Amino acid sequence: MGSRCGVDPTTIRQALMHQKTLTELAIGLEKGEFSSVELTQHYLDRATAHASLNSFITVTPDLAISQATAADARRASGDAGPLTGLPLAHKDLFCTEGVRTSCGSKMLDNFISPFDATVVSKLGEAGMVTVGKANMDEFAMGSSNENSFYGAVQNPWATDRVPGGSSGGSAAMVAARLVPAATATDTGGSIRQPASFCGVTGIKPTYGRVSRYGMVAYASSLDQGGVIAATAEDCAMVLGAMSGHDAKDSTSIDRPVEDYRKVLGADIAGLRVGIPKEYFGEGLSNAVGERVLAAAKELEALGAVLVDVSLPNTELAISSYYVVAPAEASSNLSRFDGVRYGHRCEDPKDLEDLYKRSRGEGLGKEVQRRIMVGAYVLSAGYYDAYYLKAQKLRRLIAQDFTQAFEQCDLIVGPVAPTTAFKIGELSDDPVAMYLADVYTLSTNLAGLPGISMPVGLADGLPVGAQLLGPHFSEARLLNVAHQFQQQTDWHQKIPAAFA
Amino acid sequence: MSNAAWETVIGLEIHAQMATKSKIFSGASIAFGAEPNSQACAVDLGLPGVLPVFNQAALVSAVKFGLATGAEIGRKSVFARKNYFYPDLPKGYQISQLDHPIVGRGMIDVVQEDGEIKQVGLTRAHLEEDAGKSLHENFVGQSGIDLNRAGTPLLEIVSEPDIRSAKEAVAYARQIHALVRYIDICDGNMQEGSFRVDANVSIRPRGSDTLGTRTEIKNLNSFRFLERAINIEVERQIDLLEDGGRVSQETRLYDPDADETRSMRSKEEANDYRYFPDPDLLPVHVDDAFIDSCREQMPELPKLRLARFTDELALGESEARQLINDRATADFFEATVAASKQPRHAANWVINELGARLQKADLGIEQSPVDAEQLGGVLQRLADDTISGKIAKQVLDALWAGEGKSADEIIEAKGLKQITDTGAIEAIVDEVLAASPEQVEEYLGGKDKVIGFFVGKIMQASKGKANPGQVNQLLKAKLKR
Amino acid sequence: MAVDNKTVIDMAHLARIAVSEDDIPKIASQMGKVLEIAEKMAAVDTDHLEPMAHPLDAAQPLRVDDVTEADLREAFQAVAPSVDKGLYLVPKVIE
Repeated sequence: MGSRCGVDPTTIRQALMHQKTLTELAIGLEKGEFSSVELTQHYLDRATAHASLNSFITVTPDLAISQATAADARRASGDAGPLTGLPLAHKDLFCTEGVRTSCGSKMLDNFISPFDATVVSKLGEAGMVTVGKANMDEFAMGSSNENSFYGAVQNPWATDRVPGGSSGGSAAMVAARLVPAATATDTGGSIRQPASFCGVTGIKPTYGRVSRYGMVAYASSLDQGGVIAATAEDCAMVLGAMSGHDAKDSTSIDRPVEDYRKVLGADIAGLRVGIPKEYFGEGLSNAVGERVLAAAKELEALGAVLVDVSLPNTELAISSYYVVAPAEASSNLSRFDGVRYGHRCEDPKDLEDLYKRSRGEGLGKEVQRRIMVGAYVLSAGYYDAYYLKAQKLRRLIAQDFTQAFEQCDLIVGPVAPTTAFKIGELSDDPVAMYLADVYTLSTNLAGLPGISMPVGLADGLPVGAQLLGPHFSEARLLNVAHQFQQQTDWHQKIPAAFA
Repeated sequence: MSNAAWETVIGLEIHAQMATKSKIFSGASIAFGAEPNSQACAVDLGLPGVLPVFNQAALVSAVKFGLATGAEIGRKSVFARKNYFYPDLPKGYQISQLDHPIVGRGMIDVVQEDGEIKQVGLTRAHLEEDAGKSLHENFVGQSGIDLNRAGTPLLEIVSEPDIRSAKEAVAYARQIHALVRYIDICDGNMQEGSFRVDANVSIRPRGSDTLGTRTEIKNLNSFRFLERAINIEVERQIDLLEDGGRVSQETRLYDPDADETRSMRSKEEANDYRYFPDPDLLPVHVDDAFIDSCREQMPELPKLRLARFTDELALGESEARQLINDRATADFFEATVAASKQPRHAANWVINELGARLQKADLGIEQSPVDAEQLGGVLQRLADDTISGKIAKQVLDALWAGEGKSADEIIEAKGLKQITDTGAIEAIVDEVLAASPEQVEEYLGGKDKVIGFFVGKIMQASKGKANPGQVNQLLKAKLKR
Repeated sequence: MAVDNKTVIDMAHLARIAVSEDDIPKIASQMGKVLEIAEKMAAVDTDHLEPMAHPLDAAQPLRVDDVTEADLREAFQAVAPSVDKGLYLVPKVIE
């Protein structure tokens, strides 16, 4: 086309920066093909252009440009690390000093944290640039991102569908290439399921690998921070910088962080990949099942050995999880009382009124329901039958994995029974949505790492598979996903409207 | 309170603030009296995203208490959340311990007023965080919340319902108070709230072995109030029951101005605290090595010290108890013994002579103007007959008044050295006898008491310096009947 | 397990959440469905199992007893709904 003539090739290259992976962008910055300010501005422009996706709660252009400028200066002085100057967004439950941290809730609509979460400061120290805060289900409770005070997020592959949740904003913005990576959290599948629905890669590390300090709690013994990006290699880059012991988090593990990128490419011949039969039974859609098994075959082609394993208590994970998580949540969310920060009702007539109306107005319906269920299962007379029983089952579920990992090195399975469902389709039936978490919940109960990677499209919608491993096997999971992505191109697909 | 028909049953819950530098789960200071909320950090305020990390010094303090009471030490103690809403409780839950406390069962020997020993069972002692404070003055229709105290480490010491009277309750509370100060885990300052007592009080017909319905009287911050509040509550319960009424289980507050206990309506509703293990904190492991290191940091325990004082230093039991009750007193006594090698004298003088002077001047032994070294010097001179007991008191007074640095210096300067030269004493004796022929007659006639008259005269003539033993000997020799 | 309206009211009170009368039956039915899932646990024999509170079998780390926090009252109270003279204000607490 004649009209294209005369356009500076650099301009074209820069206009397509978002098609690159984080790893490729890092190389571009290093080679000086573009500056961090140019890269950041490009993503900020895309965030504005695709605001209707509703994947951001807050965009932080001023902060981003100033951080990008600092990153460029750092590079100029020869002090840049591999992540310096690369943009990302934080799920809006990571506290960011000076920037609203809402947790997707009216309760914290006016809340500006006086400090940074450990994850935020670690990535900031690595030189990453914060372009904004990602939308999410309120206080991370949900699997569709419909429970956000800021409205539902659209799935970039089909805007009438959900992106999954609770890290729906993080997954959608990476899928739409509005950021090359976003932080996320996973309490019962909240990284893996939206990654699967949006055709991107997301890793939930071992419980304790990433600090929870400054990560607003949903269920403390299950919550774990992680990252969503286009590829396993990208995830490896960011996860390496996020991870590590934090003295401010008693549950953080004091153990050296492996160099996740260094092991990418290690031969997987002979690796035993377990296929749990309970993950391929009733309830799993054919479209998803076929593509996940095809992915397993692909691993076999790479030299892995497929073995049948069993996780007999998989379904009970739903029961255990939906007791433990609400119990912890009911207590964790008591601090939102309208006294020291957050929403406070107008003209409280007395103390009770202050509490009840502030919380009644500030917290959404799903959050209220989980808090009340949590209060119930902990209350006198019900504790043993519900909470204590759920903790015992949790032990049983963890034992299932221990036994399975005697026969295999990792497990492959579906992330969710179906592809992304329609916005509004399940929002009136919370329990149906809970049941769809069946493949992801047990990982959190056992504290295991898991990675979700795109393994195909079904009717134009992404399908994801998850790899689960023993505690601290992040490097192995990332490597296997990376090997898979060397042979396939599902992770490179971008929905047409966002290419 | 004695009543022929009713027996009083009391159990105490004592909240002792641990004398650490920082809070139990945060690095904020616990110093008393700071500007409101200036010592409430992000963790204490329960800001979104914050997490607790346990203070080692709080654990050491609790283990020391367990060692001092010979109680079980929880090898794997667990923090639990106690959930309730209150403005001085920022997170909506208090981190405490329920099923697995750091200190388990033990037994306390309580010395009562009459010197009798009563054993009171220790149910448990657990660590928890203190709440903030609500201030009701100065704000129209509102309360102001100060969270400086929130997160201060507390050891809640729970007794069995073994206590049978207000006096016993006070004796027990005093014993615990002395102990926590003795092992240096709590400053014991009751005005500042470092040591607070809740009393669970019930009554039952004498001879019955089932417990009556109890009420809990909260936040008694002096021993006097503790005694008064229990007595008044017992009277109230007796009146209620004798009038055919019933005691309802509730929390009550003692109002010292009105001298009555009244129901705390705000806390009356049956609470369901929904305790569960705090998922932000892991089980606290305490192994032998840790316990040993705590033991090494402990002073000699009162019980062992008592045995040493009675066995090695040959003190009487009650004397020894008076000394060990307070660690500073016991330490002072030991230093006095070291300086004088006179344990019996030292015990007597620390308890009686110095003790009376300190009490009169309203001073603690730490503030004594006469130190152990100085008192030891006095006792040495007393023991080697350089001075008499009477003169020794004068020397002590002079030291107290700062008239000299040591006993020797004062004895020298004031010429108080006792006259032990037999010839010199004999001269005075002769002089006095010669001047008192009538009294000599009386004595020889069988009136023994007159000897006191001679001694008085002789001591007067010698300005108190004549050795009383020698004086007596000479008198008896010269007045042989 | 069926949850009745009173249970909803009790739990809403325990959790200090204002719920409207009209919403109570719906909340009751949804809570009931959640608890139904939970009740599947009853069929499993768990007598031999230790309850699991944490995913990893780790021990609580201990913090050195040092004062590390400065006075940040101004920053903390910048986000507070109502403060006066450094105190957080609430409707009068009756004791």
